[in-house]
Amino acid sequence: MYIYDQHDHSILQQRVEQFRQQTERYLAGDLAEEAFLPLRLQNGLYVQRLAPMLRVNVPYGMINSTQLRRVARVARDYDKGYVHISTRQNIQFNWPDLADVPAILAELAEVEMHATQSSGNCIRNTTADQFAGIAEDELLDPRPYCEIIRQWSTLHPEFAFLPRKFKIAVNAAKEDRAASQVHDIGLDLYQNEAGETGFRVRVGGGLGRTPLVGSVVREFLPEQELLSYLDAVLRVYNQKGRRDNKYKARIKILVKAMGPGAFAELVEAEWERIREGYTRLTQDEIDRAKSFFTEPAYSSFDTVAVDNSISELRAEHTAFDKWLTRNVRQHKKADYASVTLSLKPTGVAPGDVTEKQLEIIADLADEYSFGEARTTHEQNIVLGDVAKDKLFELWQKAKAAGFATPNIGTLTDIICCPGGDYCSLANAKSIPIAEAIQRRFADMDYLYDLGDLDLNISGCMNACAHHHVGHIGILGVDKKGEEFYQVQLGGNAGNDTKLGKVLGPAFDADDIPSVLEKILNIFVDNRHEGEEFLQTYERIGMAPFKERVYAKDH
Amino acid sequence: MPKIIKDGQVVDDSWQLFELSEDSELANAAVPTGQWIVPLQLWLAQRDKLKARSDIGIQIGIDDDIELLADDYDSVPLLAFDFPVFMDGRGFSAAFLIRDRFAFKGELRASGAFIRDQLCYLQRCGFNAFALSAEDLEAAKDSLSDLQEAYQASADKAPLFRRRG
Ligand code: SF4
Repeated sequence: MYIYDQHDHSILQQRVEQFRQQTERYLAGDLAEEAFLPLRLQNGLYVQRLAPMLRVNVPYGMINSTQLRRVARVARDYDKGYVHISTRQNIQFNWPDLADVPAILAELAEVEMHATQSSGNCIRNTTADQFAGIAEDELLDPRPYCEIIRQWSTLHPEFAFLPRKFKIAVNAAKEDRAASQVHDIGLDLYQNEAGETGFRVRVGGGLGRTPLVGSVVREFLPEQELLSYLDAVLRVYNQKGRRDNKYKARIKILVKAMGPGAFAELVEAEWERIREGYTRLTQDEIDRAKSFFTEPAYSSFDTVAVDNSISELRAEHTAFDKWLTRNVRQHKKADYASVTLSLKPTGVAPGDVTEKQLEIIADLADEYSFGEARTTHEQNIVLGDVAKDKLFELWQKAKAAGFATPNIGTLTDIICCPGGDYCSLANAKSIPIAEAIQRRFADMDYLYDLGDLDLNISGCMNACAHHHVGHIGILGVDKKGEEFYQVQLGGNAGNDTKLGKVLGPAFDADDIPSVLEKILNIFVDNRHEGEEFLQTYERIGMAPFKERVYAKDH
Repeated sequence: MPKIIKDGQVVDDSWQLFELSEDSELANAAVPTGQWIVPLQLWLAQRDKLKARSDIGIQIGIDDDIELLADDYDSVPLLAFDFPVFMDGRGFSAAFLIRDRFAFKGELRASGAFIRDQLCYLQRCGFNAFALSAEDLEAAKDSLSDLQEAYQASADKAPLFRRRG
């Protein structure tokens, strides 16, 4: 993982001190509410329905055991003892006191964590594949570049007051797990035919009110020119993006209005002007960033013996077998595996984790995964580097701590935003819908039979749970003050990003589990051998689903 | 005399804003002697006459096209950029371009609705003078040094990665 040097520490300390003074001026009445608003947002602090919410960045999802313990301590000392893993891999505290926030930020800064630009109209935390550096299908490790982007975007003086928020994702694997096509900028890291490292640059993707897939504006950007190109894109957006209507202010609207070609021309013109300037990355800097993401000291085993013993244990313990199938993934090293700790047991808000559990995760990370863990945009936590001969031991401990629900990638591994229970922008609650679904579909064998299914629930148009790219998406809508839920089918994140289509008129909260059941029945009745939900949907289309769901009961 | 923050100090502001009266025509409005900051439209209408003087600055609005002054940057002593609301960040990019692309060396002044907490970023984008209204300027000036070290390039400083060591 990246380790701060004195420069990184001093930058963060200045920031913490600046916000401490701003908060004092605000509380003393010397800083107006409307002026304090963007300042606190840029330090991660929202004012929510019931209390402030503090969002802390987990840069591209990487977190170590020291940080996990510190988050646990903050949750205990300043909050109600639990935190929420957001759909952008960040950590949210739900109940801090405004007056405590400077102290919280100082405590987090000690372990190299910050909330800088985790909200507000600025460049947000850069996200990546949760299996970065360990995935079998990875071309290159995206994390050094994510860190370079993190540093470039942190406290960037020119881009702190953009028309709207700005999100960058970096994908470097064959299968895009970073949803890079629905980000303001999506970067694909790869090597071209000449063997040079660089990026395919997509701009203007995004969900929300106007969901759009990003357009490629540059097929190959040499790695040294990453920051000059980002500067150019942001500069064009900062000058030309709409500021008259916040629903039309994202870069996707600008790119769409101008056309990707015309937008790219402006960017290229500015980039040509600055690309030889001092923002051009040096090889030293790229190498320095890479030096933090070297392989840990993997050991090797008698693979055959380990595999045999795992097979025996599997046969003996069905639950272990299920867990291996759903929650454990092959690592790029044959003797290692990546384990997803499920934060989606029934009855717990998806992504919520208590301070005690955080400490257990920290201990597990120390014991089994070189002291590191990863937050995922599906709101789970991954232990990335687990030696296979330790899997059974880890499973037993994870199970005792409540993390071993073997539902990763299934219907009940629901991506769910905080919704109306917490979020002041919500049209409807989302957590109780998730819970009702988890209760209705509790039969694991049925879930396994359904196969891979992404179910995403957002409490409003802002689409924090990416409902447009769920195979099944549920969106909370408000009709004359009452909460209803619209269902969408056929979305997909990843390489073949697709936006779901609306099934039809919205439903009552109570109806959602049975609506879902009808949808799943249609799938099961119509699927061909080996087909996943999405494939069946694409083959048979929306009509049969619509018919069954809206058929009048006789 | 009103005060302003300039080059890190609170100093007297010797410049005055030349306001067009409603019925005055751009081409005929007479700018008296003394240091005046004139609206961009007036400058464009009387460019030759005003350019001959060394005591005329130009006020630029948020919607103005800074390329219109491409031939003027090397001779004008002062540009004042007006922020209509502090949340409108276009001025940050404009300042950066005025310094970096057009190599403007004179006084670049922020005026209007920006806030004290933006001083440090504004300075890094290239502003060196700040007409902050209704503030204790001595206290506000401290905010210029809120963030002294930074990762990225500033208008006058290389990014950290070129200086790290
Ligand atoms: S989708 Fe809407 S309700 Fe859910 S967290 Fe985002 S803004 Fe809040």
